[in-house]
Amino acid sequence: MTMAISKKLLFYLLLTVSALLVFSPAIIAFLMSFMSSEDILTGRIIPETWTLDNYIKAFERFPLFGYLINSFFVSLIIMIGQLLLSSLAAYAFVFLEFKGRDTLFFIFIATMMIPFEASIIPNFQTIRGLDLLNTYTGLSLPFFAVAFGTFLLRQHFKQIPKELKEASEITGMGDLKFYLTVVLPIAKTSLVTLGVYGFLTSWNMYLWPLLATTDDTVRTVQIGLKQLQSQEQLNEWGVIMAGGLIVVLPTLILLFLGQKKLQKGLTEGAIK
Amino acid sequence: MKEAVMIPEQYKQIDFMKVKKKQKRVRFIKGMLFLLPSILLFSVFLFYPMARTLYLSFFLTDNSGATTVFVGLDNFKNIFTSPIFLKSLQSTFLFVLYTVPGTIIISLFLAVIANEKLTGIGFFRMIFSSTMGISVAAASVFWMFLFHPTMGWLNQFLEALGFEAIGWLTNPEWALLSVSISTIWMNLGFTFLILLGGLQSIDSHLYESAEIDGASYFYKLRRITVPMLSPTLFFVITVSFINAFQTFGQIDMLTRGGPQNETNLLVYSIYQEAFKNYQYGTASAQAVILFFIILLMTLLQFKLGERKVHYQ
Repeated sequence: MTMAISKKLLFYLLLTVSALLVFSPAIIAFLMSFMSSEDILTGRIIPETWTLDNYIKAFERFPLFGYLINSFFVSLIIMIGQLLLSSLAAYAFVFLEFKGRDTLFFIFIATMMIPFEASIIPNFQTIRGLDLLNTYTGLSLPFFAVAFGTFLLRQHFKQIPKELKEASEITGMGDLKFYLTVVLPIAKTSLVTLGVYGFLTSWNMYLWPLLATTDDTVRTVQIGLKQLQSQEQLNEWGVIMAGGLIVVLPTLILLFLGQKKLQKGLTEGAIK
Repeated sequence: MKEAVMIPEQYKQIDFMKVKKKQKRVRFIKGMLFLLPSILLFSVFLFYPMARTLYLSFFLTDNSGATTVFVGLDNFKNIFTSPIFLKSLQSTFLFVLYTVPGTIIISLFLAVIANEKLTGIGFFRMIFSSTMGISVAAASVFWMFLFHPTMGWLNQFLEALGFEAIGWLTNPEWALLSVSISTIWMNLGFTFLILLGGLQSIDSHLYESAEIDGASYFYKLRRITVPMLSPTLFFVITVSFINAFQTFGQIDMLTRGGPQNETNLLVYSIYQEAFKNYQYGTASAQAVILFFIILLMTLLQFKLGERKVHYQ
């Protein structure tokens, strides 16, 4: 099927205009991060001279590099925790039959109705009580268990033929071995999807890192950006934008690489 | 003789039952072992905090959050007679009203035009989904500049067209709308991605047969796309609702609840009350309200959704 040229042009026009509008805040930030202060003050759109000064300043004045490392580790830990816990739980819901399984599944669904934001006060007290404020553990532990991840993986585990499980039982393979050597390798793509999603959302987390960190040693890059924004003077927009772009770059790259898989995985997790 | 035969039979039966029981127990333990890590963490960081929040909402506390005096429902009475909290509720509902339809309509439009089979469509899809990779903090910084009273592009644009500049974040009449606009932008990427996935899962035969019948573009959109997309739409609407009620980051970065508490959304109000004013009791009462709103929304959506949604 081919489209008429005029219709094609219309779609390209719509797409281009929409793309420009959607991406303009990011483009503006990108251009500004390479501008000198004078360029910004005179309201230029394209930098007169492209300069890396803003980036150098952002790294010099703030422990931005340390923040990046912190964010990276916290996101990585949460990602691994989520993959592990979700896949274990999903395995139990798909391959194991035992009394109370349906009740437990219902409890997992019920967790989706409890907003984390409504339970921050006791969580803050718990983490403080365990002396975990300002630690990677305190930043990541509350997010290991996710119902969404369990549902997503359950959906994919269900597509694994039951015969494989039966065969493994006949050969005397234990559940742990079956989980590790058969199920996980087969479900690799959905694990990648969940991993990308988990990393992305953890990297972008704001409220919890704001509460659970009070010193620069473990502070994440999002909170660093808040600092940068609130401490910089009005004229230093270039530095702030440079900071913003540094924060955004890793997740944008990850998103662009994993976009197709993410879209497929999220849609399947959402609908079925 | 008869009896002698009967007894071993009975024993066998018991043995068999025992083995079965034991197997059942082993299976149960195994299942629990796989689920234990999740259940444990859910209990510590979700169920216990929810119960504890409810408990705290009946008490006054000291600065560290330890309970001091039981006050019954007083915290709830206080928040519901407090003009600040009522204002916060009102702002939150308005915010939801602005952002949910805004996000869904724009994302749906983007998903529909990005679902055409055209060369280079992958690039456009990448752009449209990009805001999902932009954190709330970074997005707030970008928009902070756009909203800037003198240098910001929005006011420069308005002035170039001969209009008066607007105090986007400082004028009480505009602030909530401004925050909503930036929030819609932040949510576009995720919603777009899910809706595009939903569109792509629609069977192309439906369109082909409609084409043979000579159906117009908009007829197909209305009669095939929207009905077939309804489960996905239903999902994104629910998620958008819940997200909107949980908004925090952009408020903290852009307005800090101001001006005149116009943008003091529920989660920000809880945060202020608990971690700035150290009123853990009233903050918990507000959190309980948030919990019930989200619970109600979810249940309502499920009930309404069940009837209207078209499942394949």
